[in-house]
Amino acid sequence: MSSIAMPSIKTRTSATDRSDSLRPLALAAPLLLLLAFSFGAPIVALLSRAVYEPTIANALPRTIAALRVDGATGVPAEPVFSAFAADLKEAQAAGVIYEFAKTLNTRLPGARSQVLRVARLAGQDQTATKEAMIKAAPLLGEEQGWAAIRAGTNRFTSFFLLSAFDLRWTDQGTIGAVPADQAVFTRVFGRTFLIATLVTLATLALAFPLAYVMTNVRPVIAGIVLVLVLLPFWTSILVRTAAWTVILQKYGLLNDLLLWLGVTSDRLELMYSRTGLIIAMTHIQLPFTLLPIYSVMRAVQPSQLRAAQSLGGRPFTVFRRVYLPQVMPGVLAGCLLTFILCLGYYITPVLIGGASDQLISNFIANYVNVELNWEMAAALSFVLLASTLGLYVVMTRYLGLDLFKMG
Amino acid sequence: MLLSPYPTTSERIRVAALWIWCVLVLIFLVVPIFVPVPLSFNSGSFFTFPLAGISTRWYEVVLGTPRWRAAIGNSLLIGAGATVLATFLGTLTAIGLSDPKFPARRFVVPLLISPLIVPVVVTAVGTYLFYARIGLANTYVGIILAHTVLASPFVVVTVGASLTGFDRNLMRATSSLGAKPLTGFRRVMLPLILPGVLSGAAFAFVTSFDEVVVAQFLANAQQRTLPLEMFTGLREQLSPAITAAATLMMGLSILLLIVANLLARRSRQGASALAE
Repeated sequence: MSSIAMPSIKTRTSATDRSDSLRPLALAAPLLLLLAFSFGAPIVALLSRAVYEPTIANALPRTIAALRVDGATGVPAEPVFSAFAADLKEAQAAGVIYEFAKTLNTRLPGARSQVLRVARLAGQDQTATKEAMIKAAPLLGEEQGWAAIRAGTNRFTSFFLLSAFDLRWTDQGTIGAVPADQAVFTRVFGRTFLIATLVTLATLALAFPLAYVMTNVRPVIAGIVLVLVLLPFWTSILVRTAAWTVILQKYGLLNDLLLWLGVTSDRLELMYSRTGLIIAMTHIQLPFTLLPIYSVMRAVQPSQLRAAQSLGGRPFTVFRRVYLPQVMPGVLAGCLLTFILCLGYYITPVLIGGASDQLISNFIANYVNVELNWEMAAALSFVLLASTLGLYVVMTRYLGLDLFKMG
Repeated sequence: MLLSPYPTTSERIRVAALWIWCVLVLIFLVVPIFVPVPLSFNSGSFFTFPLAGISTRWYEVVLGTPRWRAAIGNSLLIGAGATVLATFLGTLTAIGLSDPKFPARRFVVPLLISPLIVPVVVTAVGTYLFYARIGLANTYVGIILAHTVLASPFVVVTVGASLTGFDRNLMRATSSLGAKPLTGFRRVMLPLILPGVLSGAAFAFVTSFDEVVVAQFLANAQQRTLPLEMFTGLREQLSPAITAAATLMMGLSILLLIVANLLARRSRQGASALAE
């Protein structure tokens, strides 16, 4: 009997085990589903736009078929042109011609008006010849124009991701740089990284000594200082940015102060300047750098420093060889956190930075709101997200910083 | 404690310099956030001291004009919706996560906190694109759901912290005494973790109340929130009404966050006291 009963008990326990681990998962399921719906799906949908662009392919079914017969390079022969004319005529009838023209324009600057002109021609003249079409749209007579159309007929594209790095496929089928006058994004990324670096260094210079003093004063004073650090930390970024726009005005508080102190003789243009932007960003980021440093410094045993000193270490040597190595993880974690948050900055550069201080986030927003070029916004989002997540993995994996053990 | 027992002159100078630096850093940290407060009571329309006179006219603008009132109403409505949803879903999740048998914790926890790490513009643009396709853009429901996503990590973490000291044997005791799980939760667990839940709710409300980037993409003219109204004002015509709005927002946020932190601390202490 027992030999029969044993397995059945075993199956029962493993079944209970499974339902035991399913019950806690079921509790988390509603939030996980909401995250999948309202956070995961949107981000996947956005990123897929960077590599999936069917507009051109959808508008040109006949042209695609004709091109397949015609060949892979060069200006095609007459049949492709008549197929193209038929496709454009239908696109116009279906009301998608403007979307098509806009999409082609992102790949081939200046194509928009020419495409619309050819479409009008195709609508009026059933038998528009190759020659007439090239006359209406000179780009159709160029190899480069057809290279862009051929590339666009592929629904999956690397065009936008390459563009995010100012690269493109050349006519020879290799990857090369875009013309200098179209290269914007490496500059924008460079600027974003530069400003993030400057702000990170500034917060470190301000935070490190303060955190050090906080660990070496009476607990009551350290507590008061901590409250003073947390107050701005708890104030929303928008409110703090608003405060800085008031302070940085030409006839604002900071200029008054600088004049009164005699530091400057003229009022400085701090609004819409990089100096103003870095001051405001440093103010907003300071607690993010300070709190991890402070929490690490608090754990350092003062007895070790005394021991090092009693063994004859000069203060600077003790600092460099005993203190610094112990607080370094906190310093790196605080700096990385600030750097990561600076990469995604949006509000403060819009409100305080000048036209030449707009960071990558502003470009993404601009491509969505003004240029209506979703694919480029998606490609830039992809790069920004990849940089952010990469640095975040470094921070948690190698430095063991827990985002939620601060404050 | 910064000075050694027998300090040399150069050491005294170094420590004095350190102190001066720290006082300057603290001034830099604290003074700017309080600058809008006195300016919001200015009777003139300039952002300079000394004030032309004391008046509450800018608060009357913010609290009295239909445009600002609608924005405040929207912020409160959206904040309330996001708070209720985030608190409910976040608390359930935290309870699930506190179970030692929770599967794949290593993958689930990063997923849960990822809304805090992903740059908010990416979240906002993606949500707008996705919601536009399914008809949720420019709706209150859409903004509330998007704010819930941003607020939920705070609830999960706060409630999770208050659950670390919770003795799970108490739940076993309730069921051995014949209570259904829901009764056990309502009568035993919830009262013990309530400070943590309320604290998470306060964090959630402040997250939504202060949020502007997602709102900028998802809200139309009808759903404009207070931060959005402020953002537009800062961009277009700077008026002292903005200092009044900033002061109101700051006051409410700081008040709620102080309460939230006190509650969170109390719930952790309560939980660990119970564990002992």
